[in-house]
Amino acid sequence: MAKRVILLIGTKKGTFIAESDEGRREWSLKGPFCDAWPINHVIGDAATGTIYAAGGNEWFGPSVWKSHDLGETWTRSGNGFNYPEGEDPVKSAWSLAKSHGRLHVGVEPAGLFVSGDDGEKFEHVESLRAHPSRETWVPGAGGLILHSIVPHPDEPDQLWVAISTAGVFHTADGGKMFEARNKGTRAGFMPEGMQYPETGQCVHCIVMAAGRPDRLYQQNHTGMYRCDDGGEQWVSIEEGLPSEFGFPAAAHPHDADTVYFIPLNGAIEGRYVPDGKAAVWRSRDAGDTWTALRNGLPQENAFFGVLRQAMATDNLDQAGIYFGTNTGTLYGSRDEGDTWGVVAQHLPVIHSVETMVIDA
Amino acid sequence: MRETSDSSCEVVLPDALLRLYPEAERRLTVSAADVDALIDELNQRWPGMGTCLRDSRPSVRKHISIMIDGERSALETKIAPGATVYVLTAVSGG
Repeated sequence: MAKRVILLIGTKKGTFIAESDEGRREWSLKGPFCDAWPINHVIGDAATGTIYAAGGNEWFGPSVWKSHDLGETWTRSGNGFNYPEGEDPVKSAWSLAKSHGRLHVGVEPAGLFVSGDDGEKFEHVESLRAHPSRETWVPGAGGLILHSIVPHPDEPDQLWVAISTAGVFHTADGGKMFEARNKGTRAGFMPEGMQYPETGQCVHCIVMAAGRPDRLYQQNHTGMYRCDDGGEQWVSIEEGLPSEFGFPAAAHPHDADTVYFIPLNGAIEGRYVPDGKAAVWRSRDAGDTWTALRNGLPQENAFFGVLRQAMATDNLDQAGIYFGTNTGTLYGSRDEGDTWGVVAQHLPVIHSVETMVIDA
Repeated sequence: MRETSDSSCEVVLPDALLRLYPEAERRLTVSAADVDALIDELNQRWPGMGTCLRDSRPSVRKHISIMIDGERSALETKIAPGATVYVLTAVSGG
């Protein structure tokens, strides 16, 4: 059956939706949706066609928007995003994951909420903020945010989350308890001798390898990493990349050994693509070797960055890969990164890119 | 029109909130002794509106101003009968 390829784009000024067919040569664009609120993450559930958008408006607080008709109409709920009285309130919803009939939401200040009724009401997963390290969590440049939620595809009780700046945490019991999963990741901004703490790493993004739930890839403030044991021990895979710094990571939808990063020039050097030349870096061997993918991307005077949730792959046989810049351009490749083109431009700052492939 | 009583006040809602609740009235009459009770009443009429105006501390949201007689109010601020209450979206939030 023919497919519709949907790109879900979260921006500083609302949600946008791009669409193409399987050829992915021509794209239509519609938006902004969600009242042009700042939207940090947009996901789609291909099984139902439902789109969820997480964001926060400075006036009215955190919300998750929902559309059952590919963006034509939306509902919104901020119901239940409550921390205990006296604590700083939830400012914004930052990340989403739908799995096993539940919708998880990561928020700022960092915490995790879950909805069992498809995003109408949210409940606080209190155990995460009860972690003994909580007092030491500090905001990164984007705030103290829970930005990555990685559910286990087969085991509903297993879930990984990542917080900047606190690190990676894992639950094996459905959220009753979380344990840190940061061994081997460097907190390079700490003094010598203190760079491998149990928590406090500035993780920027984690993603799961296709068909291999024990393998995660991580972009960190200082380094790129892989684990093959659910996060018990991370190993550096940054050798061969132009920098240790970047934000997004994307896993190939079918090949557990293929992963993509977009290294930037450095944390204190401007945070744009090195030398003003854009490249996505791909490894076909789980991070042992790297290839720069530049064909069709600007190779002079490009001074954009790509934020932590702004790169994604689709799940077609020849995978498409997409990334959005903080200068509002969305690039796409329909051949796994070998060649690139512009999907949309002149958008607001792009916070996130996700895909949803549904039957036409 | 709602029946008014001695403790009723007039409330004026902002455009940005009306975009989220298009069925809400821009000007309405509410019976409430203080701002907290006023938000409860608004939330009862339009479920979810309460969380737009009041956070979990609990407090009036940082970028919302609720003005009574020209003064910015807190949740515990009393509302005199006949007062006009303006709910405003702060310029800082735009």
